[in-house]
Amino acid sequence: MEQKLVALSGNEAVAYAFKQAKPHVAAAFPITPQTEMMHKYAEFVANGESTTEMILVESEHSAMSAAVGSAAAGARTFTATSSAGFALMWEVVYIAASLRLPICMGMVNRALSGNINIHCDHSDSMGGRDAGWIHLFSENAQEAYDNGIMAWRIAEHMDVRLPAMVNYDGFIISHTADALKMLPDDAAYDFIGKYKHAYTLLDPENPITVGPLDLTDYYFEHKASQLAAYDKVPGVVQKVSEEFGAMTGRTYDFCEEYKMDDAEMVMVILGSSAGTAKDVIDEYREKGVKVGLLKIRMFRPFPVEYIAGKLAGRKAVAILDRSAVFGGQGGPVFIEIRSAMYGQQVPLFNYIYGLGGRDFDLHQVETVINDLQKVAAGEEPKQISLLGIRS
Amino acid sequence: MSFLKNSELHEGGIIRESGNAHDYQTGDWRTFVPEFVEENCIHCMFCWIYCPDSAIEIDTSGDKPIMKGIILEHCKGCGICALECPPAKKGKSALVMVREEK
Repeated sequence: MEQKLVALSGNEAVAYAFKQAKPHVAAAFPITPQTEMMHKYAEFVANGESTTEMILVESEHSAMSAAVGSAAAGARTFTATSSAGFALMWEVVYIAASLRLPICMGMVNRALSGNINIHCDHSDSMGGRDAGWIHLFSENAQEAYDNGIMAWRIAEHMDVRLPAMVNYDGFIISHTADALKMLPDDAAYDFIGKYKHAYTLLDPENPITVGPLDLTDYYFEHKASQLAAYDKVPGVVQKVSEEFGAMTGRTYDFCEEYKMDDAEMVMVILGSSAGTAKDVIDEYREKGVKVGLLKIRMFRPFPVEYIAGKLAGRKAVAILDRSAVFGGQGGPVFIEIRSAMYGQQVPLFNYIYGLGGRDFDLHQVETVINDLQKVAAGEEPKQISLLGIRS
Repeated sequence: MSFLKNSELHEGGIIRESGNAHDYQTGDWRTFVPEFVEENCIHCMFCWIYCPDSAIEIDTSGDKPIMKGIILEHCKGCGICALECPPAKKGKSALVMVREEK
């Protein structure tokens, strides 16, 4: 298939991807660094390139509430946010998942206050990791665009019907012009398909009740069916990713493996930092150091067995988290992986890095690889370290 | 009342059957209960219209609907029926709230 090579910022790329799904409704409130994405989308609508009904709301709580109402009415719906915006959506983020509404969301990862900071880390989406959404992460504008196309198919699959967020790093991806290949509009829409609703509020012949009071008698059963729906997601993600790969030549899975085949030491990372890590891994590979990278694309649902299998038998694994869990045992990625690796004798250790947009530079990757070599040689790892901090 | 199993529920916790509030008995919340004084009733149906639940029993078999009484399984004792009931019979209403004593 012929794909156009274009130069776009990550925000523009996701705006295009969402436009190509021909959503009926969008409800969003501006917040840095997401703002530019909705600027672009508003431009599409103003220019007549998109027929999406844009709902102007007074806050993110209202944005997600409007999205829930719209999706329950039976409309293909999206929103987008960052940081404090996601935090303000909080209550309704859970409702979207509980009502099994396949809303898509552009999640331009940004640090949470305080102190106030507009730059990238993953503490916003990680705070919502247990809310019932599908979390896809992107390394660059191309992946953000591709996830922005695939998210609809995954979320709207009749076995899934769960909301999905496309995570991409604030400023690093959102505001950086990047080369990417875009699908023609028709091909993208054919891939995503016409929207089908599982239920609608707008059918007077078949009246329904959405979101009733649900107490000790039924709430637990409803949560059980929500948990069961989550189990269906991995199979759908793989199927959709394979189809997408066959169409575009860009293949995706739960994770990307970089120089993993013979790797004795592995770094695990999410998002844009993977690119930096790959460069340094190349240098070390030239020196004969057997180090590889496992970049997680799907963080929710967490692909437990898949990741445990990929890390089995390695001599040392360093897990990098771009968010902190205050009072917890390391960052969220570390907590998941250590739990997934229970019973295996693979030395694991954790770095918290890049909070509030602190540069993740080549030296930090060197530090990680040097530590990996020490641990692989038998040294006891320090469980949790801060990377790139002045001390 | 029998309970549905997990596998019998609809996606997203929605309810596809309409009018099922009648299956959900909420009549044990009351402190006050409406007392129906039949001789004062003009069968205007105000109570039936205003009742926020389905606690007014009516007979619709004849030409005009007839007020029959209160369905206590659904009455929460809100008192709206007694408030709306017109004092049509010599200033007397057909519905009067009284404290429910067990």
